[in-house]
Amino acid sequence: MKSTLLAGALLAFAAATSAHAQAIKLADVAELSGGGATVGTNWKNGIDLAIEEINAKGGVLGRKFEVTHADSQSNPGVARAQVQKALDAEPYVLLGPGYSGSVKVTAPLAAEAGIAQIMGGEAAELTQAGNKFLFRTSFGQQSSMPKVAKYIHDEMKAKSVAVVWVNNDFGRGGRDVVVKELDRLGSKVVADLSTEAGQADFAADVGKIKAANPDAVFVYLNEEESARILKELKRQGVTAPLMGETTLIGQKVIELAGDAANGARGHVGLTTDAPVDLIKAFRDKFAKKYNYVPDHNGLKGYLAVYMVKATTEKMGKVDSKAFADALHGLTIKAADEPGILMDVTFSDTGDIDRQSFLVEVVEGKQVVKQVLPKVQ
Amino acid sequence: MSNLLDLLVAGLATGAIYALVAVGFTLLWQTSQTINFAQGEFVMLPAFLMLAAMHAGAPFWLAIILGILLSMILLGLAFKMLLVDPMMRHGVLPLAIATMALAIGIKEAVKQFFSAEASPFPSIVPTGDISILGHIVSLQSISVLALAILAVLGLTTLLNRTSLGHQMQAAAQNPTVARIIGVPVERMILLTFLINAFLVALASLLITPIYLAKFSSGEVLGQAAFIAAIVGGFNQVRGAIAGGLLIGVLDNLAASYVSTQYRAAVPLIFLILVILFRPQGLLGRAEERTV
Repeated sequence: MKSTLLAGALLAFAAATSAHAQAIKLADVAELSGGGATVGTNWKNGIDLAIEEINAKGGVLGRKFEVTHADSQSNPGVARAQVQKALDAEPYVLLGPGYSGSVKVTAPLAAEAGIAQIMGGEAAELTQAGNKFLFRTSFGQQSSMPKVAKYIHDEMKAKSVAVVWVNNDFGRGGRDVVVKELDRLGSKVVADLSTEAGQADFAADVGKIKAANPDAVFVYLNEEESARILKELKRQGVTAPLMGETTLIGQKVIELAGDAANGARGHVGLTTDAPVDLIKAFRDKFAKKYNYVPDHNGLKGYLAVYMVKATTEKMGKVDSKAFADALHGLTIKAADEPGILMDVTFSDTGDIDRQSFLVEVVEGKQVVKQVLPKVQ
Repeated sequence: MSNLLDLLVAGLATGAIYALVAVGFTLLWQTSQTINFAQGEFVMLPAFLMLAAMHAGAPFWLAIILGILLSMILLGLAFKMLLVDPMMRHGVLPLAIATMALAIGIKEAVKQFFSAEASPFPSIVPTGDISILGHIVSLQSISVLALAILAVLGLTTLLNRTSLGHQMQAAAQNPTVARIIGVPVERMILLTFLINAFLVALASLLITPIYLAKFSSGEVLGQAAFIAAIVGGFNQVRGAIAGGLLIGVLDNLAASYVSTQYRAAVPLIFLILVILFRPQGLLGRAEERTV
């Protein structure tokens, strides 16, 4: 009897350890607190939702995903320490961070370890440094800003533009590309205003915009600051049309800015309001699980996990060293992998090509005004 | 010119809120030698108390009343009895350090129980524009300014024109003599704590719609109000008011005419100049300083 029990216990232990060994380990480092908490929380929830779905269907190549989440506190220094810690545990793929500044300081660590890093940063320079292990989940600024500048010049017919940007890697990268493009198209930048991350009071900045009296205002700040400046623009009665990127018209911004967000327009690589059935289904699942509507960062986190799944299935094996090579040049079709939501192609630099949207906030809701097709 | 007027109005509106917070600083200092480094967090917390009441189903007006009452209990009564009274015996510095610890505690608690993310907060004053002498100015700025001025006027009337106010001043200026002539000094000190809690709750109600409700939003406010109190004169209510308005305007003008990057530095440079050349503050009285 005793020996049967012992054998049973050993068997259970062996089964447990083998199941544990079989799990594919992912490491996530995200902005779970600090200024980027909205970004990081959405990203993390997207990841958890995707993993729950994939594991419920039996995992990838018969193995389940397992993820650890670490908080970068929206601070590049902390992000670097957390990524180093995550890499020491030898994950299959590194997910995050979401802030470009944090990606910039952590990407060399992942590259050195030979681990693919799928992140949320959008600064143009990230994928231009020759890093072979870095992948985007959304457009880089070099893909989105020319579309933005073109829209300001062609559709808004703005001859003079005020550009407000946040003084960090993300803001500076976007500002540089958009100012160059506006200049090329012939729209004059009449106010070029840098603001600080976490800034609470925008009265002076909006005062400067008012004084410059531009035909359009391009706002490129993080979410909370976007909400504050929208309120201040309304408070000071600025009537020039507002154009931005995802960070100006995201769900969180609309919730925070209320009425002041109405009329703001933005180019959006990903939106949960996209007229795409798979995205609508994702939005419903997410809202059911977390009781709120995600912003694009929720989509990014969700897509990151499905990128890992599709690439691994394409390789037919779990091989962290071969992962980055397999993802370069890969096209994943939504028809084959519904979790990827829209057809997407990854370039040799880790940039993506996908259709995108032009969105306006109408009565507190994102309304897609135009669908912009894949470039290639 | 019109830009300057906008900046002045916006600066005065923010400055009036700094003034409310700075007045609280000076009141606590005068009556109980408390330097409250958690004053910024004291402004942040009432907004979350009101939000919590609204989440529980209370309408906005009720949430405001509950928020102010709870603030007076937690940030007035409990703060005095549980932290200031026991720490006071050990001197001004240990108490100041204890308030720093309290600031961290409040911030982390809000982050833990509410969220690290910002939340929207309804505005008690109307938004929109009005025309003053042919110039369009923000109604919200004007209303915030008006409400803050009203609160300060109410407070100065209480302090200078009523028997209660005279008793409070007596308790602040010379507690021993005040006790001899029958002023209930302990009750007067408690009253200043309650007034401070009311002022920070009011400041919270006015500033949060603009800055958003966030666990970390007290850092900026606490610092600005502290600078305002020192610049104006730590031992004078009117000094704190002047200091608050001055810092609000200076901050806005610096951001507009100097540089956005250095806006935070300008009030600090001003603070250093005041400490060097007029250490009692612009409106402070040198002879009353005990530090």
